[in-house]
Amino acid sequence: MVKVHLWSGLRRFTDGADVVEVEAKTVGEMMKALVEAHPGLDPVIKAGVSVSVDGKLIARGLHETVSEGSEVFLLRQLKGG
Amino acid sequence: MTLIHVTTTVNGDEVEFLADPRETLLDCLRDKLGLTGAKEGCGTGDCGACSVTVDGRLVCSCLVLGVEAQGKTIETVEGIADGEKLHPLQRKFIEHAALQCGICTPGILVAAKALLAQNPDPTEEEVRYWLAGNLCRCTGYDKIIRAVLDAAAEMREGA
Amino acid sequence: MPLDSKTTGFKYIGTRPDRPDGIDKVTGKARYGADAYAPGMLHGVMIRSPHAHAKIKRIDASKALALKGVKAVVTRADFPTGLEGEDWNIQENCMAGEVALYDGHAVAAVAATSLLLAREAAKLIEVEYEVLPHVTDVDEAMKPGAPAIRAGAADYSVPEGLHPNVMRYIEYGHGDLEAGFAAADLVMENTYKTEATHQGYIEPHACLAQLGSDGKGEMWVCTQGHWFIRRMSAAVLGIDVANLRVTPSEIGGGFGGKTTVFIEPVALALSRKAGKPVKMVMTRSEVLRATGPTSSSSIDVKMGMKKDGTMTAAKVTMRMQGGAFPMAPIDSALDCAFSCYNIPAVHHEGYDVLANRPKQAAYRAPGSPMAAFATESLVDEMCRALGLDPLKTRLKNASREGTKASFGPTFPRIGLVETLEAALAHPHYAAPLGPNKGRGVASGYWMNWGGETSVSAALGEDGSMTVSVGTPDIGGSRASMALMAAEALGIPYENVRVNIADTGSLGVNEPTHGSRATYATGLATIEAVKQISTKLCQRAADKWGIPAEAVIWEDGCAKPSGLNAGEFPPLTIGELAAEMGGTGGPISGHFEATPSGHGGSFGTHIVDVEVDPETGHTSVLRYTVVQDAGKAIHPAYVEGQFQGGAAQGIGWALNEEYIYGADGRLQNTVFLDYRIPVASDLPMIDTVIVEVPNPGHPYGVRGVGETGITPPLPAVANAVHGAAGVRLRSLPMSPPRILAAIKAKG
Repeated sequence: MVKVHLWSGLRRFTDGADVVEVEAKTVGEMMKALVEAHPGLDPVIKAGVSVSVDGKLIARGLHETVSEGSEVFLLRQLKGG
Repeated sequence: MTLIHVTTTVNGDEVEFLADPRETLLDCLRDKLGLTGAKEGCGTGDCGACSVTVDGRLVCSCLVLGVEAQGKTIETVEGIADGEKLHPLQRKFIEHAALQCGICTPGILVAAKALLAQNPDPTEEEVRYWLAGNLCRCTGYDKIIRAVLDAAAEMREGA
Repeated sequence: MPLDSKTTGFKYIGTRPDRPDGIDKVTGKARYGADAYAPGMLHGVMIRSPHAHAKIKRIDASKALALKGVKAVVTRADFPTGLEGEDWNIQENCMAGEVALYDGHAVAAVAATSLLLAREAAKLIEVEYEVLPHVTDVDEAMKPGAPAIRAGAADYSVPEGLHPNVMRYIEYGHGDLEAGFAAADLVMENTYKTEATHQGYIEPHACLAQLGSDGKGEMWVCTQGHWFIRRMSAAVLGIDVANLRVTPSEIGGGFGGKTTVFIEPVALALSRKAGKPVKMVMTRSEVLRATGPTSSSSIDVKMGMKKDGTMTAAKVTMRMQGGAFPMAPIDSALDCAFSCYNIPAVHHEGYDVLANRPKQAAYRAPGSPMAAFATESLVDEMCRALGLDPLKTRLKNASREGTKASFGPTFPRIGLVETLEAALAHPHYAAPLGPNKGRGVASGYWMNWGGETSVSAALGEDGSMTVSVGTPDIGGSRASMALMAAEALGIPYENVRVNIADTGSLGVNEPTHGSRATYATGLATIEAVKQISTKLCQRAADKWGIPAEAVIWEDGCAKPSGLNAGEFPPLTIGELAAEMGGTGGPISGHFEATPSGHGGSFGTHIVDVEVDPETGHTSVLRYTVVQDAGKAIHPAYVEGQFQGGAAQGIGWALNEEYIYGADGRLQNTVFLDYRIPVASDLPMIDTVIVEVPNPGHPYGVRGVGETGITPPLPAVANAVHGAAGVRLRSLPMSPPRILAAIKAKG
């Protein structure tokens, strides 16, 4: 199980939870599992999110691995300039 | 509109072209003579990217009509080097990393050369005020000023 | 990507060789967007709305088409329907549909055999408008009664009851805010505002487009990212990406504003309709009116601080307008707002609002300068109130490795503390100041980026190396790539030739933006050339009859790994290359990935200003930039990024702003009136490169391009406070505003 930290504005989709535990080995699996557990997160994921795994910012790497001890944050999507 | 036949000297070469009287010298240099070194950054004489000299006088070529070039002597960035031998200003710009995107570089080189022709030993302030008509958005001007001062010093030594 | 064993002891990294494209750029040979010509080409001109908000009732091009030499006119009807999401937004921005959404919005375009003729024809195109009420201010756009620019387009995040102009709402934070403020000795709260500014690149957008009726085309264009241009143009026109080959010209500045399309799909559409290549070049007024300036912002920020300077809580609410389209950069603005500090309780709230202004585009660390202006001004005001040193206070609270970031995750190795310590120790900070002079400091952050990267390297028959990259060279990156390739292979810098390849020659590449090129393209370059050295070791092994594992690559040669491997003299890259055709074939290396090991860059700036109390004019006397580069590949180009960012920030702080009239039209559309810093406005800009290596790049590189524009806005405001005793919370701090503040103070 991976602990995924969500930003507080998403609490209304997760029955008030800031941290959601899901079964996943990759970022892609994690996103899928989040939406399965809390369908209200679907538009959020679709609108675009970034993921931070142990301090590394992952914009689109669905294949990147996540493991039980990883620090995982779902973040707002960022753009550069 | 009838085109006007213009004969002029550019970088030492006698050239001729046909110009619509509404076309600027900048348009003519670029589109008719293939000298695309001078750039249009604004079209209103505010940025200096189109700088050339006309009879030794530094001008924005976007503010000069092509037909006004008749019988004049024009120098552009393409005429600064002597064959494959770069001018000290050009060498110093590369050495000091005084260009990032390089779009303002032709105009600044022409302007700096004109400055040094009339003032071979300018102060930093004099260089800054002379180049105030040449906008650069990338460098913050620091390395440009250093390159001009260094080139001036080298040219004075060689003189 | 793990760090190589060395971050010191480099042979080439950290030196300052001449950039490979230097001669082309100082002789006028380099070809930029407008420097391309094709036989039979036409010239395209855009027709633009003179209204901030208007229904387009009718477009009649008959008089224009009747002119001899006019070959095509396009409107939105010439583009496919059915696009969704951001593709639709881009199409709508390139060519208005039913409504003109801002002054300058493109409504039609014409192609003719000369530019003068195209301009004449443009004047003959009749457009009938029904003018609608407009709104250009971000706070006004949220008030009841403000005209709704796009009804029903707010996304899932927007709570009930907000104006339909609010497109997105963000809210996040952690810790006990109430307890944090209660624990403070001083709680201060203020509102800060910034106006929209333009990236101000000296080169207007320009392209030479060719599109056939079979949907196959080519385009020459000045851009930061030709794969983005390809994808967006293909989407807007309804063609396959592989059918459009985009070649990047040299680019005369971008800063984020050239990462998207404006005229390109329209030039392609004109070309398809006319059956000829079409050249389209924007005028400066068009660039200012109708490309992508940054957002304006209105920010409420509140902080709690103990007497000893410890920050206990912080809260920020931001309202930003990104034009008549969603995606103002509130996300990154909020993430950066408190990123420099370890604060136990933080809360962020952001509103992305529509206004009748052009669609914003990225501008160097999008959102971060506005956020820094608010936070770093407030911190300064609080330090003054408590009698604390501004740099020491920042140091006391500074984020470091292991700090929980304000936006959530734990920071890995970062260099903010090092920049603060270097600033504190710098002679600038201790230099005396005279009357009417003041000093300001500020810190700033940008998280930087990875992104899709494809690089290919090919060995020449004489041992020289060609490296093909996909990130246009805006500020000297060819030199940095060549340095990294030279270092990785142990061959001279002069033997590496870096080319910027077109979209047909490499896999997808993200643009040169997000401070990613030296990191991502650099990393890919290192890996691609290492593939080559691995293959060369195999060729040497074959030649020597020993296993490949027994051969190493060192100083540009294949060598036996030890005495046990056998005694063979080293084979140079040249010797191996000369035979490669017969020993297995041509040798190339390539690397494709979306790397995510980029490291953020922190910076701290010090600025001295003098304010003339009679005119309100501010002179910048001295400026020092201290910033973490991780590892400076070519220090001169790192310094250049520091200096350039500072100059743009100074312009934003003191003078630059978009001025809209009551009619919603942009008033300052030329460089005379949208005045960016000139040579006589600035002093020399001193730079200190701090190197705290990023573990995610083989040589420790962190992107540096963007962070530098962040600290100047608050640093200059703080210096003005010191010089004139007035606190301005609204940018720009132009002379009339400073004078008014001085007078009000009495």
